[in-house]
Amino acid sequence: MALQIPKQRTIKTSFRRIDMRNTFVKTLIKLAENDERIVVLTPDLGFSVWEEFEQKFPKRFFNTGIAEQNTIGIASGMALSGKIVYVYSIIPFITMRPFEQIRNNIAYMNTNVRLVGVGAGLTYGAQGATHHAIEDIAIMRSLPNMVVLSPCDSYEVEKLTEKSLNHEGPIYFRLAKTKKEYPIININESDIKIGEINFIEKNPNSEIAILFTGNASDIALDVAVELKKRNFDLDIISIHTIKPLNYGILEKNISTKKFIFTIEEHSIIGGLGSVVSEFIAESKFNPIFKRFALPDEYSHFVGSQFYIREKLGFHKDIIIEKIIKLLKNTV
Amino acid sequence: MKKLANKIRKKLLIMNSRSFASHSGSALSIVDILVVLYFKILNISPNSLSDPKRDKLILSKGHGSSALYVTLAEKNFFDKSLLDKFYLDGGKLPGHLDRESVPGIEVSSGSLGHGLSLGLGMALANSIDLINSRVFVISGDGELNEGSIWEAIMLAGHLKQNNLTLIIDNNKLQGYGKTSNILNLEPLDDKFKVFNWEVIQIDGHNYEEIEKAFKLETDKPKVIIAKTIKGKGVSYMENKFEWHYKSPNKEQLKQALEELI
Repeated sequence: MALQIPKQRTIKTSFRRIDMRNTFVKTLIKLAENDERIVVLTPDLGFSVWEEFEQKFPKRFFNTGIAEQNTIGIASGMALSGKIVYVYSIIPFITMRPFEQIRNNIAYMNTNVRLVGVGAGLTYGAQGATHHAIEDIAIMRSLPNMVVLSPCDSYEVEKLTEKSLNHEGPIYFRLAKTKKEYPIININESDIKIGEINFIEKNPNSEIAILFTGNASDIALDVAVELKKRNFDLDIISIHTIKPLNYGILEKNISTKKFIFTIEEHSIIGGLGSVVSEFIAESKFNPIFKRFALPDEYSHFVGSQFYIREKLGFHKDIIIEKIIKLLKNTV
Repeated sequence: MKKLANKIRKKLLIMNSRSFASHSGSALSIVDILVVLYFKILNISPNSLSDPKRDKLILSKGHGSSALYVTLAEKNFFDKSLLDKFYLDGGKLPGHLDRESVPGIEVSSGSLGHGLSLGLGMALANSIDLINSRVFVISGDGELNEGSIWEAIMLAGHLKQNNLTLIIDNNKLQGYGKTSNILNLEPLDDKFKVFNWEVIQIDGHNYEEIEKAFKLETDKPKVIIAKTIKGKGVSYMENKFEWHYKSPNKEQLKQALEELI
């Protein structure tokens, strides 16, 4: 089923593999060909992902063993010696196991380390909750100096990876990885910059803004299609930079909206929904606002990402129903 | 050497006494090691701080900061007047190291078990860039309780990272008392040997032994287990773990300064 948004500019979403992970690696290989400072570390994850990089740059690729705390320290030591270090692992293992090393050695010392986590949200579905990533945005955005990036498709991954090279200070990349076919959203090839937002669809007179991040893109687009079918105009915005996301940008772009919705595959606590509510709470605007995210609980369900989403009530049908209800009650 | 070391000891005690800062004993035990490093071994000066070819020292036991501050000031890395406001409102020098505070602080530290991984990263960067300089890390012995440090020990041994030297300030005391009672580290030398490190055991207050240990060439990472005395040089502090916490009052300071001639 191809997604189509009937009104205004048509968003041509194609069902190619999203594969943020391989896009990231391919982009980094290109960058590393021209920049000797780039080093990759992995605490023994990424088999079948990093072979090409390792083959091309054997002196700049290190499998540091299954030891994340040490790996973060090494990354920081290398960065303090002038390297730009990309550390790759599954999200909980790279953000939570070595959290204090990240705080002291990367955030506090403001080093050029890029933490690249795969498995956003429930990506690792049937592997179980140890591999799910539902708290990572909340904890990483609390760290001073840390940039938090959550791209929604391989285009944003490519552009943000390119931009990451010359950023001074640490970055956390929250990447999805899935074999399911996912939409490539950015067919308009907009200019992607760290700290800005990315309009997937912009309708100047719309009263509704849907803000989503990362791998909630499919749900966000499904919701958008459904609302358009019912003749609601709306803006759809990919928030690829969770931090720094300044209030000025939000004010400029969503302050005229009557309805604001956030959609993210992350805990309801501390993610995109929290960022936007913090803005709204302190602003003079008073929109109808609703967060859609994963509940504050660990999954004990067994199944794919999409199965668990549904079990946890994070499903397009439920979201559409709630939004329609809010729209009908207020319009 | 001894004269210089005692000058540093006196100064750090004055600082700690003035600001009621803790960790006097922990600072006193590493002074002789720092003096040999900065005045005999390290290829580093205030003018070479941005030179990638400089040697680097990481004080992983960041609570020994006052000893490092005075040593760096003696080497003119920064103005000695900054020492007077150590640990005090409006000063530049915190109790635990902040690399943005003054020139010469290679890394921020204060949480234990981080320094060796940072040092290993710097040593690996030197290997990538074919730089011959060395990286030195000073760790406490109690600090070896931290699991992360053994991750670094394991990997450095595996990589035969011989441009990396770990110095253990083996004063045998930690937070609650004796290391042997809290979490016995012995046989410490054997532990490092089976992790494929070169092990050298020395008296951490004997300048010749310290210098010789640093100069020894190896084809493995090197650990210098330096037997030291917590509170070294001040009779009422020596081997008393409570001086991990206390700072000398005026009378105690007077006595200490008299002893450290």
